Amino acid sequence: MKFLHIVWRNLMRRKIRTIFTLLSIFVSFVLFGYLMAIRSAFSMGIDLAGADRLMVLNKISIIMPLPVSYKERIKQIEGVKEVTFANWFGGYYQETRNQFPNMAVDAENWFKMYSEFAVPEDQMKAWLADRQGAIIGADLARRFGWKVGDRVPLQATIFARPDRRAWEFNISGIYDSPVKGTDKTQLFFHWELLNEVLRNTQFGNQVGWYVIKVNDPEQSPGVAKTVDTMFANSPTETKTDSEKNFIAGWAKQIGNISLITQLVAAAALFMMLLVTANTMAQSIRERTSELAVLKTLGFGDGRVLSLVLMESCVLALVGGIAGIAVSWALVTIGGDPTGAFLPQFLFPPKDVVIGVLMVVALGFAAGAIPALQAQRLRIVDALRRT
Amino acid sequence: MLSQIVAVSAVNFRSLRQRLGSSTVAIIGIAGVVVVFLGVLSIAEGFRAAMAGVGDPQTVIVMRAGSDTEMTSGLSGDTARLIMDTPGIARNERGPVASPELFVIVGHPTKKDPSDANVPLRGVSSAALQVRPEIRIVEGRMFTEGTNEIVVGRAASRQFANLDVGSQTRWGQNNWKVVGIFEANGSAAESEIWCDARVLQPAYQRGNSYQSVYVRLESPEGFQAFKDALTSNPQLSVTAIREPDYFAAQSDVLNSIITTIGFLIAGLMGIGAVFGAVNTMYTAVASRTREIATLRALGFGNFPVVFSVLSEAVILSLVGGVIGGLLAWIAFDGYQTSTMNFQSFSQVAFAFAVTPKLLGTALVYALLMGLVGGMLPAIRAARLPVVTALREL
Repeated sequence: MKFLHIVWRNLMRRKIRTIFTLLSIFVSFVLFGYLMAIRSAFSMGIDLAGADRLMVLNKISIIMPLPVSYKERIKQIEGVKEVTFANWFGGYYQETRNQFPNMAVDAENWFKMYSEFAVPEDQMKAWLADRQGAIIGADLARRFGWKVGDRVPLQATIFARPDRRAWEFNISGIYDSPVKGTDKTQLFFHWELLNEVLRNTQFGNQVGWYVIKVNDPEQSPGVAKTVDTMFANSPTETKTDSEKNFIAGWAKQIGNISLITQLVAAAALFMMLLVTANTMAQSIRERTSELAVLKTLGFGDGRVLSLVLMESCVLALVGGIAGIAVSWALVTIGGDPTGAFLPQFLFPPKDVVIGVLMVVALGFAAGAIPALQAQRLRIVDALRRT
Repeated sequence: MLSQIVAVSAVNFRSLRQRLGSSTVAIIGIAGVVVVFLGVLSIAEGFRAAMAGVGDPQTVIVMRAGSDTEMTSGLSGDTARLIMDTPGIARNERGPVASPELFVIVGHPTKKDPSDANVPLRGVSSAALQVRPEIRIVEGRMFTEGTNEIVVGRAASRQFANLDVGSQTRWGQNNWKVVGIFEANGSAAESEIWCDARVLQPAYQRGNSYQSVYVRLESPEGFQAFKDALTSNPQLSVTAIREPDYFAAQSDVLNSIITTIGFLIAGLMGIGAVFGAVNTMYTAVASRTREIATLRALGFGNFPVVFSVLSEAVILSLVGGVIGGLLAWIAFDGYQTSTMNFQSFSQVAFAFAVTPKLLGTALVYALLMGLVGGMLPAIRAARLPVVTALREL
C-alpha cells in the first residue's frame, strides 16, 4: 500500500488520458446496468412466479373463456388448496394509449392467492364491501395520480356495457409489495360486477382463467393432469400448466428481439472495454524505460508487476464501481425509460455482483500483458529503448 | 493558407502508418458503436415497415365503437349486414366488396420451439382478396368455402412448424388442411392464417358474429362520407378507420419500447465512444507533439494544424462508420424474426431492415463522434507553446 503514491503520480501524469479512460469505463458500466435491467424486464418476472401456482386456460386459445362453474369442480381435486379466477378486462383510461393490465377477479380469494400483493387491512375491507371498488398497484397510482377514494372511468374494449357508458370504479385500495420486481401496474375489480352487467349476453358466467394453489409443488404435474382429464371431451377443454411455464411461454413469444438486443449490446460493451484496456496498456508501454529504472534501483520482479497491476485496477475500480452505482440509482429512481410499458424495471442484485466481478476482471486483464512484459524486462534492453 | 493545410495534412496521413495500432483501435471503437446503433434501430425500423406497409387507403376497417383492435371488437351478423349496405362501398357482380371477418388466436408451436405461440387466425369471407389488392396467393390455391381448409401467410409458414401446403394441423376440436400460401409485400398480414369465417364461427362458439368488416371504398376520397354515413345510422355503434392508420396504431406500443431502448443503448454507447475517440486522438497528437511543433517553428499557422488533426479524426471515424454500417447491413438486414405485438397479443413476423436512411444517420453519428473526439486534441496541438513542445520526447 505504501506504493499507492507512486501509482497515483503515474495516473496523474497524463491527466486527460486518465480522465477519459475513467469516463469510458464509467459509461460502459452504466450501459451494463441498463442492459441487465432491460433483460430482467423482458423476462417478465419469471423469477417471481409462484412455484405452487398453476394456471388453467382454455385449450383452444388464451382468448377463449371458461365457464365459472369449473371453480367448484376444480376445488374437489385432491391436492388443490385454493382456486381463484380472473377475466381480462382490457379497458383503457381516457385514451387508447393509456393501457395497463386491468382484470375482473374473484374477490373472495384473489388476494389470498397472490399474497405478494400487500393491501392495508382497512382498504381490503372497504374493497370487499364495495361492489364498484377497485384495488390498484402503487406504480399505476403514481402514473395517473390516483388516490384512494377517487372515482375512475375505464373505457371498455371487449365488454361494452349495454348502455355504452364507461365503466366506473371507486379506488378502494392501493397495493404495494415487499417483493422487488412485482408488477404494480395492475387494477383489479369485482368479477361479480362484470357478470351482473353481462349476465344475459354471450359473456355471461364466463371467466378468462383459473389459478390453482397446490398443497405441495411436487404434486403440480399430477394436479394439472387431473384438471385436464376432468374436462377432456367436454365442449370447453382446458390446458393447465405451472405459472412459471406460462410466463416463460409468454416471454418467449416476445421472441429473440430482447436476446438480439442484449447480444449486440454485450458485444459492444466488450469492444468498448477492449478499447479501454488497450489505452491502459499503452500508457504503461510508454513507460518501459522508467520501469527499468525502478528495477535498477532494486525493485523485484513481483514488485514491478504488482505496481503495474495496481495502476490498472485502481482505474477500473474507480470508473466501474461509479458506473454501477450510477446506473443502479438511475434504474431504481429513474425507473422505466419507456414510460410504464414494462411491468418491472430494476437492476437485479445478482447482476450487480456480476458487474463488480467484471470490473475487477477488467482491471487485471488490462494490466496483465504490460505487467508481464515489465516483469520479464531485461534492464539493459529497456534502458536502450526510449 | 490552403497550401499549408494540404502540406500539413499530407504529413499527417503519411505518418498514419506509424500509428496504425491506435488508429485501428479508434476505427474499431466507432465501428462497434455504429453496429450497435444500426442493430438496435433496424429492429424498430423493420417492425415499423411490416406494420406501415400494410394496407391501402382505399380499404377501411369497421369495428365496434370503442374498440382499438379487432381482438376486442364484436359485431353481430345483422350489424355486419347493415355495414355492408352503407353507401360508398365499391360493388362488383357479387354485391358490395366487403368482407366481414373474425380474428382469433390459436396456440401453435414455432419451428424453433415446441411450446405454443399465439398465432393469429383470421376467418374471412369471399371478398377478402378483393378488399386487399396487395395480397396474392403465390402457392397452391385459395381455400374452398365451407371446408376446413386454410391459407397461410408467407411469414407464418416460415416461422411456425408444419404449415406448408399439404400439411394438416389440429386446433381445438377441428382439423385443418393447408392448401395455399399468400404474400402481402412482406407486411404484417403475412403473419396470419386465413380460413372461412363461417367455419370458424362454430369452432370458436361465436354464433353468427364477427369482429370487423373490411370494406373497399369506391374511391380513397370517399372515406369521410362513408364514415359519416355509418355514424349517422342510429342502428349502428361502430368506428371506421383506414387500414394503414389501423396498423400504424397497432404497432404503437412495441415501437415506442424498441425505439426508446434502442436510443438509450445507442446514446450511451455513443458517449462512451466519444471518450474513446478523444483518448485515441490525444495519443495520436501526443506522439506527434515534436513534429507539430517543428511545423509551427517553420511558420505554419495554427489553423492548418487544427485542421489536419480534425480531418484525421473525421477520416478515421468515417472509415469506422462505413465498416460498421457494412457489418450491420450484412448481419442484420433481412433477418427474419417474430415477436408478440402487445396490442393484439398475437405474433407478428417481420424482417430487420437496415435502410439507407438509417445508414445515413449512423454515418452522421460517426462523424459527430470523430469531430467531438478530435476537437480537444486539435486545440491542444495548436496551443502548446513551441518551445515546450520541442523539448518533449
